[in-house]
Amino acid sequence: MAVSPSHSAAPVRPPAAALDVDGLSLQFGGVKALDGVSLNVAAGSITALIGPNGAGKTSAFNAISGFYKPKTGTVKLDGEDITHVPARERAKLGLARTFQNIALFRGMTVLDNIKLGRHAHLNTNVFDAFLYWGRAKREEMELRAEIERDVIDFLELDHIRNVPVAILPYGLQKKVELARALAMRPRILMLDEPVAGMNREETEDMARAILDVREEWGISVLLVEHDMGMVMDISDHVCVLNFGRRIAAGTPAEVRANPDVIKAYLGSSGDPHKAAVEEVA
Amino acid sequence: MRIATAKESYAADEGLFKTDTQRVWFGLLIAGLLVYPLGASNYWMFLAVLVMINIISTTGLNVLTGYTGQVSLGHAAFMAVGAYTVAFFDGRFGTPVLLNLVLAGTVAAGIGYLVGLPSLRIKGLYLAIATLAAAVILGFIFLNWTPVTGGLRGLNVPTARILGIEMATPDRLYWLVMPICVVMVLAAKNLFRTRVGRAFIAIRDRDISAEIIGISLLRYKLMSFAISSFYAGVAGGLWAYLFRVVTPESFPALASIFFLAAVIVGGAGTIIGGIFGAIFMTMVPEYLKLVATALVPWFPDASIYLAPVRNIIFGALIVGFLIFEPMGLAEVWRRVRRFFALWPFRT
Repeated sequence: MAVSPSHSAAPVRPPAAALDVDGLSLQFGGVKALDGVSLNVAAGSITALIGPNGAGKTSAFNAISGFYKPKTGTVKLDGEDITHVPARERAKLGLARTFQNIALFRGMTVLDNIKLGRHAHLNTNVFDAFLYWGRAKREEMELRAEIERDVIDFLELDHIRNVPVAILPYGLQKKVELARALAMRPRILMLDEPVAGMNREETEDMARAILDVREEWGISVLLVEHDMGMVMDISDHVCVLNFGRRIAAGTPAEVRANPDVIKAYLGSSGDPHKAAVEEVA
Repeated sequence: MRIATAKESYAADEGLFKTDTQRVWFGLLIAGLLVYPLGASNYWMFLAVLVMINIISTTGLNVLTGYTGQVSLGHAAFMAVGAYTVAFFDGRFGTPVLLNLVLAGTVAAGIGYLVGLPSLRIKGLYLAIATLAAAVILGFIFLNWTPVTGGLRGLNVPTARILGIEMATPDRLYWLVMPICVVMVLAAKNLFRTRVGRAFIAIRDRDISAEIIGISLLRYKLMSFAISSFYAGVAGGLWAYLFRVVTPESFPALASIFFLAAVIVGGAGTIIGGIFGAIFMTMVPEYLKLVATALVPWFPDASIYLAPVRNIIFGALIVGFLIFEPMGLAEVWRRVRRFFALWPFRT
């Protein structure tokens, strides 16, 4: 495929946004999934949300992205209260997310999946669509050029753009999901376990992609992840949850040294090293 | 082997026809449609018109069921709405044919929009039953709203007339139905090259992600119902001009199954699949009838015995498709194209 002449045009990159979550509580029947969780993502930073299984990380994600209605607490995007904004409206405000279990449109090609990310920014109506003439065609062509330049080139997906996502390997599917989120022109990107189940090579590839996104697009990233090596390597800030509560927050080094965190992960108040050894034995 | 198909612009890569081969074949198809009436008997003209009406209607159901993933068992009822609309306006006011057809589509689309409302809360089989219920309610209205629908006796439809030309017979009607069919199929194809069509597929494949990227499920599900019903309404209107009478019996619930089977046999979620499906479902029974007639010299009672056997063979063919070719005739077509695209290097 020939490179489009518009390649040199400056990409449209939205400014990074800060996310402020304050006192978020969420309850399912008698289970307190979240209990007064506060969390800040500074503009342009990479913030990680970690915690043992069932700590409430994905619940927090769902509450922030608007799938769950929190009982109390507020979610602010750049100071603007979005707690009661429906999930699909948050897309327009610049909140994009991926899912723990890949939620791509399996019947479509990589290109169409990524194009769908831009849905909320397009204007073609159904009558234009039937004709595919003038406005509709112009918009589709601009969209294609932009996506090729800003997303497909950037994440090196050009060799698979016309492949149906269902037949791609897991690591690439995760990357396509990231691409779709980027096509939304987010100001803050939320990634739910971006490297879960990946091998070392795929993990490194994804970690590099996340760093590149922050570097090149300058947007904020909030991620949930179990791969501690990756979290500690790329995060500016780490927030730890356990049983729905925040037990620690700070830089990776601070969190790693926090006794509560060690306790939460290894389940003992004694010598963490000893506890780990006991667990293995 | 297909060669020299590299594209030099995004417009070329996203075109309706991507290669010259496709353009030539499409040109041949149109030429074929233009010369077909020269050699066809009245019987074959009738079949051609019927097939094209069914293609329009199947394409409509394909938008809803194949692309948006909302199963509907009420499609024939929307055709009936279109047919009654044409019968009512043409019979009562003598309005122009094209206006009647637009009205038929619009009224059907409006009712389809209402019938689509339950789809916001229910999915799958439950939605199918809800659409079936809507079809039953519509059937009740056709039967009992006598001042408008003519009740049990139905309505007679005047001859279609455009610019003073009477279209009483299939060979004249062909020139009304064929262009409408071509335009509507191409329009449906275009729909899926834009954000609207992509949103439909997104709802089918993963509605939760659709919502997160900013697609309003409410808006697009109802839009899909309306588009699907519009196609059904226009098809029903043309049907009325072909058969010239509309009664509550014209579009039984079984006809909805007919269109659903056409979508599945042809290949759900592909435009070409809707075309193949409609041709298959319309022509196979006719073909089996011809076979039965041809056997009469040897088995004088063939037509008597073969009538039920015909239904069995027809049913078996559909079941066979579901088992051996679940992606439908469109998948067979794709394989054929692939064979020639790679020939002679890989077969």
